[in-house]
Amino acid sequence: MNARQRRIEDPALLRGNIPFVADLHFAGMLEAVVVRSIYAHAMLDVVNVQPALESPGVKTVVTAMDLPSACGPIPMRLSPSSELEAALQYPLARDRVRFVGEPIAVIVAGSRYEAEDARPGVEVRYRPLTATTNVRQAMKNPVLFDTLDSNQVYQHRQYHRLVESKEPDPTLRQLHLSFSIQRHTAMPLETRGLVAVPEDGRITVYGATKVLHFNRRVLAGFLGLDVTAVRLVEVAVGGGFGVRGEFYPEDYLIPWLALRLQRPVRWIEDRLEHLQAANHSRQQEHEVDVSYDDTGRIYHLHDEIIVDTGAYIRTHGVTVPELTQGMLPGPYRWQEVDTQLRVVLTNKTPTGTYRGPGRFEGTFVRERVMDAIASTLHLDPLTVRQKNLLTVDTLPFSHGMQALGEEIVWDSGDYPLALAQAAHLMAKEEFPRRRAAASARGRRRGLGFAMFVEKSGLGPWEDCRVAVDADGRFTCWTGLSTLGQGTMTALTRILAETWGVSASQIRIVHGDTDQVPESHGTFASRATVMGGSAAFYSARTLKSRLQALAAPLLEAHPEDVILTDRGAEVTGVPTVAVSYKDLVEESVRQALPLDVTERFSASAMTYPYGVHGCELEVCPNTGMIQIVRYGVVYDVGRAVDRDLVKDQIVGGVAQGIGGALLEELAYDEQGQLVTGTLMDYLLPGFCDVPEIAVMITEVAPATSNPLGIKGAGEGGAVGVAPAIANALADALNAPPEAFTTLPLRPQDILRWSRMDQLPGKGAKR
Amino acid sequence: MEIDLKERVSYTLQINDRTYAVEDVEPRLLLADVLRDFLGLTGTHLGCEHGACGACTVLADGRPIRSCLTLGVGAKGLALQTVEGLAPNDGPLSRLQDAFWEEHGLQCGFCTSGMLMTATFFLREHPKPSRKEIREALSGNLCRCTGYQNIVNAIERSAQDLGENYS
Repeated sequence: MNARQRRIEDPALLRGNIPFVADLHFAGMLEAVVVRSIYAHAMLDVVNVQPALESPGVKTVVTAMDLPSACGPIPMRLSPSSELEAALQYPLARDRVRFVGEPIAVIVAGSRYEAEDARPGVEVRYRPLTATTNVRQAMKNPVLFDTLDSNQVYQHRQYHRLVESKEPDPTLRQLHLSFSIQRHTAMPLETRGLVAVPEDGRITVYGATKVLHFNRRVLAGFLGLDVTAVRLVEVAVGGGFGVRGEFYPEDYLIPWLALRLQRPVRWIEDRLEHLQAANHSRQQEHEVDVSYDDTGRIYHLHDEIIVDTGAYIRTHGVTVPELTQGMLPGPYRWQEVDTQLRVVLTNKTPTGTYRGPGRFEGTFVRERVMDAIASTLHLDPLTVRQKNLLTVDTLPFSHGMQALGEEIVWDSGDYPLALAQAAHLMAKEEFPRRRAAASARGRRRGLGFAMFVEKSGLGPWEDCRVAVDADGRFTCWTGLSTLGQGTMTALTRILAETWGVSASQIRIVHGDTDQVPESHGTFASRATVMGGSAAFYSARTLKSRLQALAAPLLEAHPEDVILTDRGAEVTGVPTVAVSYKDLVEESVRQALPLDVTERFSASAMTYPYGVHGCELEVCPNTGMIQIVRYGVVYDVGRAVDRDLVKDQIVGGVAQGIGGALLEELAYDEQGQLVTGTLMDYLLPGFCDVPEIAVMITEVAPATSNPLGIKGAGEGGAVGVAPAIANALADALNAPPEAFTTLPLRPQDILRWSRMDQLPGKGAKR
Repeated sequence: MEIDLKERVSYTLQINDRTYAVEDVEPRLLLADVLRDFLGLTGTHLGCEHGACGACTVLADGRPIRSCLTLGVGAKGLALQTVEGLAPNDGPLSRLQDAFWEEHGLQCGFCTSGMLMTATFFLREHPKPSRKEIREALSGNLCRCTGYQNIVNAIERSAQDLGENYS
């Protein structure tokens, strides 16, 4: 076994002695419990908190009536659009609730036990309204917001034609398919939580992560404080995946209550609350029409996308719908792309991003379509893909689509090579033998592939500050968060390699708005690309200053000076060195500070890509499947640490398997969430996730950053559903319309399995 | 043992070979809350509070239990072990912890304590497990970050490192 680079984050986590937010205690700390709507849609006639106030240990109970006027609805952080403003959520429901789990009141007591005891004492008289639980119904039902004309809160058509238009060719084949992707979400193992501590006119909020500086601005505005009076601090974080760290109602309510009571207040979400109130994601329907010729060349892609966005617009605005639309074309050359997006409000939990937002959905649709096209022509799906892939000489390439305020331009890559590598990784050549062997055992075996293009490195910029002291200890200040990815290990590696010193000489300061003045945060696979590049720039500047200071002392050219843990020396001459103490003294003398901040700016994202391959067996009697081989080829441009990249891919695949086969946030017709525990909402476990082979390639370095790196966070998740669906269709010789609904359940698999066994079907094998 | 739910109680718990006094508390307190909020042993984490995720797993007389489904007062007389008992604070990591470190058997680390405790029990009973046995034995613990592969690698490595000498 190869020795891996050990992560600097791990020893404390393994000992269990680094605090997560729920581990924090402060003298005099109170605990909060949020009272939430039990109706999906209702008017709030009366909220009587008096009985709760009389419950033992209760310090206060607040409702929307108690909130100051400065507290408006929670604004959009990404993809803001004025037409969405009317559907933003206030921290506490005022006269109407629109989803089960919407906050109505907050109880603060001496302990969580006491606060929960008081919960029945918040008496809410509801006047139920008709709940809207699906998007088709929503178009007809009364509007959720009186100021809106329609529950279709947003629409956007993106149309692009690559070549001069011709009359539609009547000889082209047409295929129509309907897709649906179920509502599911990130479900980190740690629920959300906050501890707000008031002190000397300031408020410190522990438990923040992801976008500390944006959230500080919003919170300061709501509290009527200067941003300098608000400090957000990140502690250990139990997974994010897009959901954690956005500005939620509690992110205002808990600090506001702490200030009002002048006591530390802790709120730790329970799992039911997390399922009901943290962002949901993914729920979409697609009506797709494609045209293609008899050789498998594709021409026209039309997609009507309907997104169930839930009851309110949250901080992501329409980021997920726009990314679905903008990145739908994938790595292929379409002559014409026409997408119509509709975003619809329903009485369900509001939605936001989840690892691979829009790409999980769009990749499923597009890659299932590619296999469906191949099956109508009796061609190998990889042959059809190879025929239509954009080639090295055609990149950079744009279909003219937009998302996140920029044009989507595939920057670099060798897509055909990645596909060939994936076929090799999955031992496709020998697959027919494996299929025959399975068949002899009464099992149906299939092999499926899916290609994807991912995005990463969203701008606009990121800063990094570095400094060295007289003892040779290097410190780096970054605005990045670490939610489990090993970001600090990656940064340390970039710095250590740039300077040539040991990782143990480097300390990273992060996750504290008092220590780092500004940052755009950690999301959209931007951390290593943006923050890593900023770290590289600042490290390089600091190194050149140290070289400049050391060179005359060593009587050498600055370029010949190298750094070690002890100081500076001339390369090849380790016997003569200048200590960091001397270098610091020299820097003071020459007024050349050894404390440097540099900024990395990026005007466009960079796009990693790859291929998923899945080989599985189906039991024709039960519809149960077993994934027997799973592989991912991922081109990350340049890897800072290949093991960390692999970790991201494998973890992403596991989440993709959950989304493809198991996870669903299911609602009944009254808008009740019926998957309210982790026994109903099924996360993939040890026996659901197979061994995953990952091939990291570095074929196409990014041209937009100095390290050539592309992000690694999301590509593991986005190709799983189509790879499994295509493998199922292959195993069961299923028609194009099969396996277009997620999750792929045993009963659906069984249905196509039975079709396959009808006389005259399946004869070709 | 009968307990009046309105009476406050005091009791002692044996944790990591130490005796802890739990004084004047409500009998309804869950073991996880006693450990975390009263004794400061916050290495045990709560992921779901309904027994599904396994993050709160501790050992009681050597066997894994869910501390979110156990009353603190019900743990009287049991020899408890938590993640804090796997390695001395100022000493090296245990072999199992070290194998997790080496193999990247964790990302966010939130589920890790429960994984370590379940695996500690499992390796005592099965010193030379197959990968399939590891997966089945740990299947009551959920991880959302790693995709499990590196956890299996870590437990396998730990078992190999321990060789025949594990008792």
